[in-house]
Amino acid sequence: MAYKTVVEDNIDVLVVGAGLGGTGAAWEARYWGQDKKIIIAEKANIDRSGAVAQGLYAINCYMGTRFGENNPEDHVRYARMDLMGMVREDLLFDMARHVDSAVHQFEEWGMPIMRNPKTGSYLREGRWQIMIHGESYKPLVAEAAKKSADKVYNRICVTHLLMDDSKANRVAGAVGFNVRTGDYHVFKSKTVIVGAGGASNIFKPRSVGEGAGRVWYAPWSSGSAYGLMIQAGAKMTQMENRIVLARFKDGYGPVGAYFLHLKTYTQNCNGEEYESKWFPALSEMVGKAYLDTEGQHLSHKPIPTCLRNHAFINEVNAGRGPIHMVTMEAFQDPHLEEIGWHNFLGMTVGQAVLWAATDVNPKFENPELTTSEPYVMGSHATGCGAWCSGPEDLSPPEYYWGYNRMTTVEGLFGAGDAVGGTPHAFSSGSFTEGRLAAKAACKYIDDGKAAGIRVSDEQIARRKQEIYKPMEHYKVYRNEITAGSVNPNYINPRQGLDRLQKLMDEYCAGVTVSYMTNEKLLHIGLKKLKIMEEDLEKVAAEDIHELLRAWELKHRHLTSESVMQHTLFRKETRWPGYYYRGDAMKLDDENWHVLTVSRRDPQTGEYTMEKAPCYHIVGKDD
Amino acid sequence: MPTFVYMTRCDGCGHCVDICPSDIMHIDKVTRRAYNIEPNMCWECFSCVKACPHHAIDVRGYADFAPLGHSVRVHRDEEKGVIAWRIKFRNGEKDMDLLAPITTKPWGKHIPQLRDAAAPSQEMRNSQLLFNEPKYIRLDEGGLHTLESNGLKFKAGVYY
Repeated sequence: MAYKTVVEDNIDVLVVGAGLGGTGAAWEARYWGQDKKIIIAEKANIDRSGAVAQGLYAINCYMGTRFGENNPEDHVRYARMDLMGMVREDLLFDMARHVDSAVHQFEEWGMPIMRNPKTGSYLREGRWQIMIHGESYKPLVAEAAKKSADKVYNRICVTHLLMDDSKANRVAGAVGFNVRTGDYHVFKSKTVIVGAGGASNIFKPRSVGEGAGRVWYAPWSSGSAYGLMIQAGAKMTQMENRIVLARFKDGYGPVGAYFLHLKTYTQNCNGEEYESKWFPALSEMVGKAYLDTEGQHLSHKPIPTCLRNHAFINEVNAGRGPIHMVTMEAFQDPHLEEIGWHNFLGMTVGQAVLWAATDVNPKFENPELTTSEPYVMGSHATGCGAWCSGPEDLSPPEYYWGYNRMTTVEGLFGAGDAVGGTPHAFSSGSFTEGRLAAKAACKYIDDGKAAGIRVSDEQIARRKQEIYKPMEHYKVYRNEITAGSVNPNYINPRQGLDRLQKLMDEYCAGVTVSYMTNEKLLHIGLKKLKIMEEDLEKVAAEDIHELLRAWELKHRHLTSESVMQHTLFRKETRWPGYYYRGDAMKLDDENWHVLTVSRRDPQTGEYTMEKAPCYHIVGKDD
Repeated sequence: MPTFVYMTRCDGCGHCVDICPSDIMHIDKVTRRAYNIEPNMCWECFSCVKACPHHAIDVRGYADFAPLGHSVRVHRDEEKGVIAWRIKFRNGEKDMDLLAPITTKPWGKHIPQLRDAAAPSQEMRNSQLLFNEPKYIRLDEGGLHTLESNGLKFKAGVYY
C-alpha cells in the first residue's frame, strides 16, 4: 500500500466526530484534564461539520432556570411523554440540569440570542426552545473545541475503534484514513468519546436522482456513531425508535418556529382541522396515559410528536392531502414574515431556494407539508444509541457502572446521537452530554482504569488491510469489463446505498409502505441484510472519495441491522406515526414498558436482545 | 440545491474544498477550478458558497422538483459579524434582502483557554459540577439541581 501510516500515540482523550457532542467533549476535557492529551478526529472540517453545519435558528433545549422558567424534572416529564414513556430519565435529568450553563456560555462567546423585551429573558419559541441567530453556531463551538484540543485532525474518516489486546472489552483508540491524502491514521488513546452522527439515508428518501441529498438530516451523518460502537460490541438501546419528521414539502424546512412562534397551524385539502378526528381511535390504540382525548384541554399535555404524525399520515392516506401549513395569516405581519424567512436561511437554506424556485410566497399561499423518510438518531425527538451509564447520584444499579455516559465497553464514552434514551437533547443538550462524558473520561483515567493498554501491531495491520480492501477490490476487477459501473464482481458504494435504502424502506417501515412492517417482513429484511453484508466485502472504491462512501455505507449497514433487530424484538407499536408493527398494532404496556437492549457479537455477528427496566425516576406531578 | 461553480469567477483557491462537510467540492485536474463531484450528496448547506472569496459558487434547485430561474445569494462577513441574503423569485414578483447578526463579539476572543483556568479542586471533581458551574446555571446562588434539592424522591419503577 502506497499510503503512509501516521500514528498519534499517548492520547488521553480521543474525540471521534466533532459536531455539537464532540466539541462539547473536547472543550470540557481540557478543564478536567489540564495536562492530558486531547485529540479530535473529524471526518470533515470542524468549522462546518455535523448536523449544525449550516446553522440553527433555535436552541431547542434550554431550561431557563435562571429566569425561573423550568426545572430539569419538567423536561424529563415532557420528553418522557413525547417518547411514549421510553426514556432514560437519569440521563435526561442529568443533561437538563447542566444544559443552561452550556447555553449561557454560548452567549458569552458571542452567540446572538434573542431576548424578550418585556421580561429580559431569552425569547422563547416554545416552552423548551429559545430563538437565536445561529448561522455561525458551529464555527463558534468549533473555536472553543480548537482552543482546548492539542490537535484537530480534519478529514479523517474513522472506520473502527481499536480494542485493548491485554484486556477484553476495553477500548484503546481508533483507526481511519485521511480522505484527502489517503494516509492510514492510528490513534492510540486511553479513552474514546464518540460524538459521531446518527443516520440519514438508511431509508429510501422521498427525493430522487440529483435531489437525493435533500434529506432532512445531513447526508454526511452516516450512522458512524452506531457503526463504530456496534462493531466494538457495545450494547445499544432504543434502536427501533427511528423518527419521522413532519416538514415543509421537498425542502424539509423546519416547522418549529412556524408552529410555536408564528402560531401557524395545519389543515387538510378542504381547509379543515383534521388532527383531533384521528385521536379518539388512536387513544384506544395507545391508551389514555399517552393520549387523553377528553382531558387534554385540561391537562395541556403536549401531544406526542409521533401521534401528530399518525394523524397526518392517516389523513393523507384517507385522500385528504395535501396537508397545508396556514401561513397566510401570520405572514401579513412583516416582522413575522421576516422571521419565517430567516428561520430557513439560518438552518435550511434549501427551503428558501425551493420557495423562490416555485414562486411560493407564504404570504399569499399556504405551503404544503410532508412526512419524511425515517431517520435513526439519538438527540432529536427520538432516542437511539448506546446503552450508557448514568451519573452516580441519579441512576439505579441497572443504569450505573461508574462513569457517566460510558458505554458497556470500558473507556468508550458517547455524546449526542451516540447516547441512547436521551431524546430532546438537540444541539445544546448534545454539547452538554459531551461535557459530561469528558469529565467522566478524565476521571476514568485518573482512577487508573486505563493502565496497561496494549495495541498489537497485528491489530493495526489487520485494520489497515480491511480499510483499503475496497480499493484493492476495484483494482483487481475493474479491467474485466470494458467501461461503466456494471461489474459481476463488485458493487460501488452508491449502488450499495440504493440497495440498503430500498431494503430498509420496504421491509423496515419506510415511506413507500406507509411506515408499516411486521414480523415476516422483518425476517426477510434481516436475511437480505445478511446477504448484503457478504456483498459489502466486495464493495469497490475507485478512489479515496469512494472509499469514504464505502465506509459510510458499512456504518449505515450496521446501523440498519440493529434497527431491524430491535424492531423485530419489540412486538408492539410503541410509536405510531414513526412506524407500525402491523401484527402488533397496539401499544402494550404490560409486556413492553421496557427499554430494549441489544449486543452484536463482534466475532460472530450474532445479536442478543434483552429487556431492561424503564425506571421512572421523576414522578407524574411532584 | 446542488452547488455549481462559475468558470470565470473561480480561481481554484480551494476554500470550498477545505470546508465542504460532504467532501464533494473538488478541484478539476484539467481546468484547475472547483466543481461539485457528487450533487446527490449535497445538502445545500451553503458552507462552500459562504466560504468562496469570489462568490463563484451558486446553487440551483434540485432537478427533481425545482424549476429554473430563481436565486438565493449570500455574503457572510465575519469581521462585521453579519450575514446578508438576497432571495429572488423566478417570476420576479419577490426580491428580498435580509440581514442577520452572526456574532455579538470579536471572533473567538471571549472563549477562555481552559488550560490556564484555575484547576478544579478535589471537591469539584467528586461533585456533579462542570466547568463554571453552578454560577452559569442559575442566579439565585443555588447549587446544582438534584432530586433532593428539587423535592423529588427516587421512584424506581413507578408508573405514571
